[in-house]
Amino acid sequence: MNELQTILHGTIHRLFGDFVDKNLIQKAEEGVWPEKLWAALEEAGMTRVLVPEEQGGAGGGWADAMILIKAAGEHKVPLPLAETILASAILAEAGIAVPEGVLTVLTGDLALDGKTVSGTAERTPWGRNADHGVAVLEQDGGRVAVLVLLKGSVIDEDVNLAREPRDEVTLQNADALVGGAVDPDRIGLLGALVRSGQMAGALSFLIRQSVEYANERTQFGKPIGKFQAIQQQLAILSTQAAAANLAASHAAAKADAGDALFEIAIAKVRADEAVSLATSIAHQVHGAIGFTYEHELHFATRRLWSWRAEFGSGSQWAGVLGRAVIARGPDALWPYVTAR
Amino acid sequence: METFRFDLCELPEETKGLREEVRAFLRDNLKGIPLVTRAQTWSGSDARFSAAMGAQGWIGMTWPKQYGGGERSFFERYVVLEEMLAAGAPVGAHWIADRQSGPLLLRFGNEEQRQFFLPKIATGTCFFCIGMSEPDSGSDLAATRTRADKVEGGYLVNGTKLWTSGAHHAHYMIGLFRTHYDPAKKHDGLTQFLVDLKTPGITIRPIRDLSGNAHFNEVIFEDVFVPENRLVGAEGTGWDQVRAELAFERSGPERYLSSFLLLVELIREVQKTGGTRAEEEIGRLVAHLVTLRQMSLSVAGMLNAGENPALEASVVKDLGALYEQELPVRAHELTGIEPTIGTGSDFQQVLGYLTQVTPSFSLRGGTREILRGIIARGLGLR
Ligand SMILES: Cc1cc2nc3c(=O)[nH]c(=O)nc-3n(C[C@H](O)[C@H](O)[C@H](O)COP(=O)(O)OP(=O)(O)OC[C@H]3O[C@@H](n4cnc5c(N)ncnc54)[C@H](O)[C@@H]3O)c2cc1C
Repeated sequence: MNELQTILHGTIHRLFGDFVDKNLIQKAEEGVWPEKLWAALEEAGMTRVLVPEEQGGAGGGWADAMILIKAAGEHKVPLPLAETILASAILAEAGIAVPEGVLTVLTGDLALDGKTVSGTAERTPWGRNADHGVAVLEQDGGRVAVLVLLKGSVIDEDVNLAREPRDEVTLQNADALVGGAVDPDRIGLLGALVRSGQMAGALSFLIRQSVEYANERTQFGKPIGKFQAIQQQLAILSTQAAAANLAASHAAAKADAGDALFEIAIAKVRADEAVSLATSIAHQVHGAIGFTYEHELHFATRRLWSWRAEFGSGSQWAGVLGRAVIARGPDALWPYVTAR
Repeated sequence: METFRFDLCELPEETKGLREEVRAFLRDNLKGIPLVTRAQTWSGSDARFSAAMGAQGWIGMTWPKQYGGGERSFFERYVVLEEMLAAGAPVGAHWIADRQSGPLLLRFGNEEQRQFFLPKIATGTCFFCIGMSEPDSGSDLAATRTRADKVEGGYLVNGTKLWTSGAHHAHYMIGLFRTHYDPAKKHDGLTQFLVDLKTPGITIRPIRDLSGNAHFNEVIFEDVFVPENRLVGAEGTGWDQVRAELAFERSGPERYLSSFLLLVELIREVQKTGGTRAEEEIGRLVAHLVTLRQMSLSVAGMLNAGENPALEASVVKDLGALYEQELPVRAHELTGIEPTIGTGSDFQQVLGYLTQVTPSFSLRGGTREILRGIIARGLGLR
């Protein structure tokens, strides 16, 4: 880790360690916005890691942002830190100044008309809490990034399995700032990158929590972690978490270097597969207590079950990957992998 | 928390030229070798090929020049190895000596042993095998029974080693023998020796594996004299040496690239038919391949920094075996084409070979269960 990364890592884990507990997550599920934590994140500059230095940001890259995104997943943070970072990245690419406040991304049936946007965005992460949304919309036959003011939008609230807001946002002539050209799939791609990072982080939580529990819980006169059957399962969980974590870091590093479709697709595929194995092992090891709302395990597993489907499931990204690999041809695979 | 240390590691720019050199070499030297033979990669033995690699300076690459090494980085070595495996080069003859025996001698051998063995290994003309397993000592290596009893000027060895890969082609064995027995301390009293396999009293009997090939052997020792100067380190240090060796044994790209040719041929096969299911399965397999490569590179980075990534190496080997064992299953499910021996298409033959050998990938070099036990210990469960 370089100097910026060491600072980011230290700050974010300290902040989350201080603020995030079961109570805060539970309150958030009931609809209470964790205002103090968000303010602390903003004050520490954590939301503006990808914002250029001229605009008062950290001027960092995805490798830096990935540290924050993984940490948010690991601590099960009920806030749109990943979404705000994601939206800021697209704004920065399109040359739009990144506003203060909560950001999200808008996808769905939206149309740009001059300087206003109308239409409905589906399952918008944290739509009810966001000040601005970022969309990629058609203009003169091309695609441009657009910053939309969400004040005055009509929100139909919904949630994912983790009760994170996933709202329908309806806009009518909402004020918008139009930026430069962006790839039409940019939100989907970078969305997959941030979800892969959050998933990797939450997997790190699962292994730590499960090992801790296995060392505490006693049956038949010894900690269940002494049983070989449990050890073997936790070993599987840990290797899956390790693979997902490295795949996410690899994708982030490539996103800084340019075209990262290949690595981001890999990260989402790998994380998805890890989640299916890891969540079932973590619950098995925890027994009935892990099945209660009282225990905090589900704050991670429910997030993982939602995230693996958001911004493209593992199968969808595997299809993207496989199509490209097959199209390049069998003999191009190795040269391609080693030239990346 | 990330449980293990897998730092992201990119190959340095300087390795690009070397990769091109290796590819040019492979284009010349693999000509005419059938695909199904190439599919054996590091199980395939070809003394001529090993000597040609030695001449290129691609064996013992990281070792000091004074011992015939190239003083090159672990990354450069990694590039040579992964190119060899991906192309299906018959690197088996010198593989063990380069990967395991040489590094062991560099670490624990004495000066005379290094000077005697290392330059020969580096030329690709001196092959080693590993004599650890025995009939009653598999996973439980400390149950080793083969005895080395002190006699005038050396030791007399009696007993049987089993599953010794390549013993029938090798010049030397690094054998783990018991020099002292205390039933309360099984791990003590084990010692490694460099055994010249031409010594009288040694019988090497190839054992046919389920595919009909004979890669591993039974090696019987009857009053075999091993001179004192062929003992590695000190009496009783064998256990620690073996544990250090396993980190080398488990860390390399062979732990996920042994079946790469099957993936290539599978892509060629599904290219004909297409379909969403095939695309998704190929995508998933490639995601595993690339992630394993990053993990394996990360281990190479740690080796390069002089660290001991034994735990991370076990992780790579466990995940690598899962992936490689999944490959023939997916190939079967996607194509339904019957695997064959000796007849049929390249795809059928490569599938036939790998379907038969992949069970060994989670046995040799430490079984899946043993590796996961090591990982569990790393997690703080034991
Ligand atoms: C192709 C091939 C090449 C080989 N080459 C060599 C070589 O060159 N040199 C060499 O020395 N050896 C070699 N081996 C031997 C290899 O190292 C052993 O097969 C391995 O260590 C396992 O020993 P075993 O076969 O006796 O199985 P066992 O140890 O009897 O194990 C059988 C099963 O029991 C499980 N088991 C054993 N103990 C435990 C435990 N404590 N907890 C849970 N499960 C357990 C194992 O995981 C396995 O599933 C080779 C093996 C193969 C297949």
